[in-house]
Amino acid sequence: MAEKSELQYTAEHEWVLVDGNVATVGITDFAAGKLGDIVFVDLPKVGDTVTEGKIVGEIESTKSVGELFAPVAGTVVESNDAVADSPELVNSDPFGEGWLVKIEFSELPSMLSLDEYTALTGE
Amino acid sequence: MSDESPSSASAADSSPASVRYSPLHSIHEQLGAAFTDFAGWMMPVRYSSDLAEHHAVRTAAGIFDISHMAEIHVRGADAGAYLDFALAGKLSGIALAQAKYSLLLNEAGGIIDDLVTYRLADDHFLVVANAGNRFAAATALAERAKGFDVTVTDESDDYALIAVQGPVSRAILEATAGLSDFATPLDELKYYRETAATFNGTDLIIGRTGYTGEDGFELYIQVDAAAALWAALTVAGSPLGLVPAGLACRDTLRLEAGMPLYGHELSLSTFPVQAGLGRVVALSKEGDFVGRTAIEAGPDAGARVLVGLSAEGRRAGRADYPLFHGDKEVGVITSGALSPTLGHPIAMAYVDPDVSEVGTELHIDVRGSRIAASVVSLPFYKREA
Repeated sequence: MAEKSELQYTAEHEWVLVDGNVATVGITDFAAGKLGDIVFVDLPKVGDTVTEGKIVGEIESTKSVGELFAPVAGTVVESNDAVADSPELVNSDPFGEGWLVKIEFSELPSMLSLDEYTALTGE
Repeated sequence: MSDESPSSASAADSSPASVRYSPLHSIHEQLGAAFTDFAGWMMPVRYSSDLAEHHAVRTAAGIFDISHMAEIHVRGADAGAYLDFALAGKLSGIALAQAKYSLLLNEAGGIIDDLVTYRLADDHFLVVANAGNRFAAATALAERAKGFDVTVTDESDDYALIAVQGPVSRAILEATAGLSDFATPLDELKYYRETAATFNGTDLIIGRTGYTGEDGFELYIQVDAAAALWAALTVAGSPLGLVPAGLACRDTLRLEAGMPLYGHELSLSTFPVQAGLGRVVALSKEGDFVGRTAIEAGPDAGARVLVGLSAEGRRAGRADYPLFHGDKEVGVITSGALSPTLGHPIAMAYVDPDVSEVGTELHIDVRGSRIAASVVSLPFYKREA
């Protein structure tokens, strides 16, 4: 599990861990908490091309439906099968085992720091 | 990530401008609850996990704060006759201490609210309305009192309401320190009956009623004694598996039990018969009641009817998702979730009568993809007797 301070964030409550030209993407504990118990996750497939800011997946809780936006443009190189089988991992370990997709990118957009994200959520 | 569909709990139909807090709010904060706006009230939506809370109610017990509900007293010599006129049911016919589910209709036969009425004395009834409909219900009930020897008072602000729901509920109440002076012992209190009792000297009303499909109790107590009662129930209940439970699991529990939620299955434009509540309207009772003419005429031929839907997989249809039979749009979902107890998606929906037969295969349009669902009978879940 990465340190929260090492991650970058989006206003749509995704977190991004950059390693070389691969971005690991998940949703924040704030977002997971707002959704409640997550019971279904629909993720893009390996090889899919994704566009920054476009919807690439869905995260359903018992009570509501959240959309996953691609924080960076690129190609999906890995999709977390463990989360598809056990969606509750997004609640129990949103920054670790509950990661969602890995996207290979060529250009990284500007994102939020932990401080900026925390200011946004007010928590 | 963005939350595109707010929880149905926040879909308040008539919220007053200012936010209201339950008398138990500080307890919920101490318990780490997440809150949601429900009909203008900040109420606990969950404490830890809505699934865990749901399962606790099905297997042990949950304690709910539902102080946002509205309590309207009806007192006077004509109380029974007045309620027969004001509500759809025959309330004059219920026994002392009995409770009855009923509907408050408008002249057009539409549903202003669904409510539970308790007979506290021969000439004294307690009508419990939904928070979002408090003012509409209180206003309609007050207007209808004209010509009857009856006093109708909205005393909602005087009450806190705590529900203890689940198979071990009775054992919890019996073990709760300070609860005593039961007019009817709990082991003799039948479902949909109430008893007077006291908690450390404070009067309370305990109904064996609820909104979860489980055995359980609802405790009406004055605001300033509510926190101590919650604490005492929690102390007695924790060893038996009692957990604090929020509105999120209350919604999945009532959905599994096939119970309607106002604003979803019921509305001003819904006739009771469409919602499967024809039996709640006592057309056989003598005299007029508000809505009788319209109810006797009935809804338009072809009016949609409420059905249960069951699907496979894990992706649930949600409120407002359309339903198709072949290429034809034949209905709309009013409530839906992945059933925590059953493990597959369930929903309630209004559909055209010709596709309402149990076993009919329909498709739910889940944000562009079609999911097969079949019409099933309600409820989805029934506790073992």
